Amino acid sequence: MDPNTAGWALVAALLLPVAGAVAMLLIPAEADRTIRRFAVVVTGVAFALVAALTAAFDYGRSGELQFVTDVPWIPAIDARFHLGIDGISLPLFFLSFLLPFLSAIYTTKHLPEPGKPKAFLGLMLLLQTGMAGTFVAFDLILFFIFFELVLVPMFFMIGMWGGPRRDYASVKFFLYTLFGSIFMLVSFLAVYFQSGLRSWDIVELSQAAGIGSVTFQTWAFLGMFLGFAIKVPMWPFHTWLPDAHTEAPTVGSVLLAGVLLKIGTYGFIRIALPILPDGALRFAPVLGVLAVIGIVYGSLCCLAQTDVKRLIAFSSVGHMGFVMLGIAAMNEAGIQAALFGNIAHGVITGMLFFLAGSLHERYHTRDIAVIGGGMLMKIPRYGVLLTYVAVASLGLPGLAGFWGEFGAMWAAISPGLGLSDTYGGLYLGLVVFAAIGTVLTAGYFLWMLQRVNLGRPSEKWAAAELDDVMRVEWVAWAPLLLLILALGVFPRLVFGVQDAAVTALLRSMGG
Amino acid sequence: MAIDFGALGPEIALAVTALVVLAADLSLRGPAKQLVNPVAAAGTVVAIALTLRLWGDERSTFGGTFVIDSLALTFKLLFLGTLLAVLGISWRFFAEGRYFQGEYYFLIVTAFLGMVLMPSARDLLTLFVALETVSIPAFVMVGLRKRDLYSSEASLKFFLIGVLSVAIMLLGMSLVYGFTGTTSLTGIAEAIAATQTPGSETPLLLAAVLLIVVGFGFKVSAVPFHFWAPDTYAGAPMPVTAMLAVASKAAGFVGLTLVAFAAFAPLAGAWAPVLGVVALATMTVGNLGALQQRDVVRLLAYSSVAQAGYILLPFGVARGGTDALSLAVNQTAFRAVLLYLVAYAVMNIGAFAVVIGVARRSGLRATADYAGLGARSPLLGGAMTVFLLSLGGAPLTVGLWAKFAIVEALTVDVTAFGLVLAAGLVVNSVIAFFYYLRLIRGIWMEAPAEGAPVPQPGFNLSLVVVGLAALTVVLGVLPALVTDTTSVVTLALGR
Repeated sequence: MDPNTAGWALVAALLLPVAGAVAMLLIPAEADRTIRRFAVVVTGVAFALVAALTAAFDYGRSGELQFVTDVPWIPAIDARFHLGIDGISLPLFFLSFLLPFLSAIYTTKHLPEPGKPKAFLGLMLLLQTGMAGTFVAFDLILFFIFFELVLVPMFFMIGMWGGPRRDYASVKFFLYTLFGSIFMLVSFLAVYFQSGLRSWDIVELSQAAGIGSVTFQTWAFLGMFLGFAIKVPMWPFHTWLPDAHTEAPTVGSVLLAGVLLKIGTYGFIRIALPILPDGALRFAPVLGVLAVIGIVYGSLCCLAQTDVKRLIAFSSVGHMGFVMLGIAAMNEAGIQAALFGNIAHGVITGMLFFLAGSLHERYHTRDIAVIGGGMLMKIPRYGVLLTYVAVASLGLPGLAGFWGEFGAMWAAISPGLGLSDTYGGLYLGLVVFAAIGTVLTAGYFLWMLQRVNLGRPSEKWAAAELDDVMRVEWVAWAPLLLLILALGVFPRLVFGVQDAAVTALLRSMGG
Repeated sequence: MAIDFGALGPEIALAVTALVVLAADLSLRGPAKQLVNPVAAAGTVVAIALTLRLWGDERSTFGGTFVIDSLALTFKLLFLGTLLAVLGISWRFFAEGRYFQGEYYFLIVTAFLGMVLMPSARDLLTLFVALETVSIPAFVMVGLRKRDLYSSEASLKFFLIGVLSVAIMLLGMSLVYGFTGTTSLTGIAEAIAATQTPGSETPLLLAAVLLIVVGFGFKVSAVPFHFWAPDTYAGAPMPVTAMLAVASKAAGFVGLTLVAFAAFAPLAGAWAPVLGVVALATMTVGNLGALQQRDVVRLLAYSSVAQAGYILLPFGVARGGTDALSLAVNQTAFRAVLLYLVAYAVMNIGAFAVVIGVARRSGLRATADYAGLGARSPLLGGAMTVFLLSLGGAPLTVGLWAKFAIVEALTVDVTAFGLVLAAGLVVNSVIAFFYYLRLIRGIWMEAPAEGAPVPQPGFNLSLVVVGLAALTVVLGVLPALVTDTTSVVTLALGR
């Protein structure tokens, strides 16, 4: 595949899941095993295609768009079907094919009530196209469509296969995100008309430095901010997340944490910052403050949780806070750390949600007090995995979680684009609070491990037959477990890919 | 003065169809009476063919009061397509309900004759005649179930408020005639531009304009003239409700577009803010009302009040000037209205078709009766999901592009008022999704009630439902199919 000409490969990879979902409609609903295997094949083929695409990617030119498709789509409003991939998109795109593949493997064994694998996997495939599309769409309208597209399948996933409060959680998730995304659309339109380019092209708009006045940019940024900040989610827009995560089925949580949240931060970096640099600069301190509040608040909430899954959900608020802190730093190190933190959080928290799901399969509860310790004795392999991933999540050096957190704080000490002159003291204070946040993070994870892993199994569980990690789980989890280590030891796996693209991005912002 | 009968082709075809239907009803007996439905459909197809034959023409007759242009033809096609769909969902409904089917088909074709006439009208009197040709058959149709108390109440309410609004509109029209000395829309615009100075218009003229706008406000069920709609919609036979909610409303919007942009464009500074505020109130009241409903027809009725609010939004940013920016703003606003009406017709008739399908034989129409519909009838459940998502404006449905066009119209030129309207749209979209999602959740995620019957929509209805659902999705993926057509429709209106 030649990255200059093989635009078809990207389109094929993107449409394959949807085509698979349509093909799956033809399989009778009774053929349960066939349906589950078919989903593994579809996601597997799509993943193989993306792996080949990743191999063919020209890393020497990662700052430029490759595998481009650019054809007219809706001439009346100048919207184009513009797909492409660069160093910033590639890791996220890769992740949005890896996680559904692993989820499909996991689903061959585990599927929550009320079953219906055809509907479940069909929705997952539709979701996959939506979320992967956001990372390669280079037309604002197309981006918006993909951005919205993920809502419907996720709504059904939570609403049909979710926990006891699924009705509330699914509607809240849908309406909250919708609310932000329409404000985002209004901003997109305002940018479109203000630029006078009659173009929705993200690349073109990014290069057109200074669209409108600073006031205009501030308002337009506010609209996009609402859309993306709710998706991230940033404090105080995070309240949908714990509910959605807690109620969602395991696969839904994995994809929500692993990919969906990344759409928000990606949107900031890809769209809001380069198209509205002046607005972004004005907003940067606000982003930083909200990010750090999120870090501290998320950690404190985690300390109060009794449900393992809800704890992991709140930990996402904190981790995404670090990502946003990196963005708020507005320099190369910060953006790099944010993007790395994105990937690391996707891998680690995705894995944590798999573990939380399997915990529920075994204990039929996720309440820390009910489990009551002793997992390392009762199901030792599972206990070790939980320890490994939790430690990675709290940012232990040598594992994936470290670089994003450390990088974000390091970058925020000397923010770019002149922010250090005016807000130097503020940023220094932010870093101090973020550092306190890391301590709290370590605290709640270690405390959780102490309460579920250590000690002796309580009487209730001592005699119970509990499976240790099953074969299907090993298969589904091994890639993520390896990635956590690999990204920790060789951060250049991601940093190197992004480098040129991030440099180009900041250059266009005047940094 | 020679009359251009070719230009009148679609109207003549519909008028002949209406008379043939009436005659056929008199001569047919018993079950054979059903045959008037295909007769009416055949006449509609002929009218569509005659409309397509005129495509691309620019003609006028009756001294310029009747015009054929891209705007007129696009709307004629929209109305005729709607008529076909309404006939499709009426099949067997009236036979099974033992209503007066012959009369129904005569009345509905007549009402659509008025609608088809509307977009060609370029004169206040022609416009008025067209509007009344839509309204009067509708008064009768709403009351067709004359032994049903609700139907009679619906009809009476509809009639009284309708007549009141007509009286108000006529008063406004006569005042405008007194000021300008003409009933021609372009003539009125010229006279206003020549005699009025922007900013200090004669108050009585402004009042007259508002009276006319109020008259149309009733037709499109805008707040505060909306309260007839839920009762009337709930009481009328369902195919009539679909007609009222979609076609009759669209006709009202066509009329409003014509008077607003053709005749009173120079006074936009006065009526645009009023319509903007009315739009905000309409969508908010509609959506908040819909939240409370336990009857699907009433829910859709309130939802269609809210939809009327969305369609009114672009009027709120209309400009009176003749500079390039003002013209661009008005043009985009007009196209947004047009696109929304097309989308609205497709998705709302679809939704009503599903409601008819569910209610057939069982009469079930409470939201609770939709629990588990997806399991009982995947076709109706799936189609209803598509229509509801589209009404809400979800991606991959035509509803998204309709909303998009509205937001586009509001942001062509960024103004504070435009942003307030856009924010209102955002908040309302979220409220609206709440009740659409609640219904969707019931369809898929709740268990059906004990002994809930499996709906039997019948072949014709299923065909309409599938066709409209497919259209909703196809236009959602490739909106260019309709925007390519609508973007050539200009708001020239003989100016």
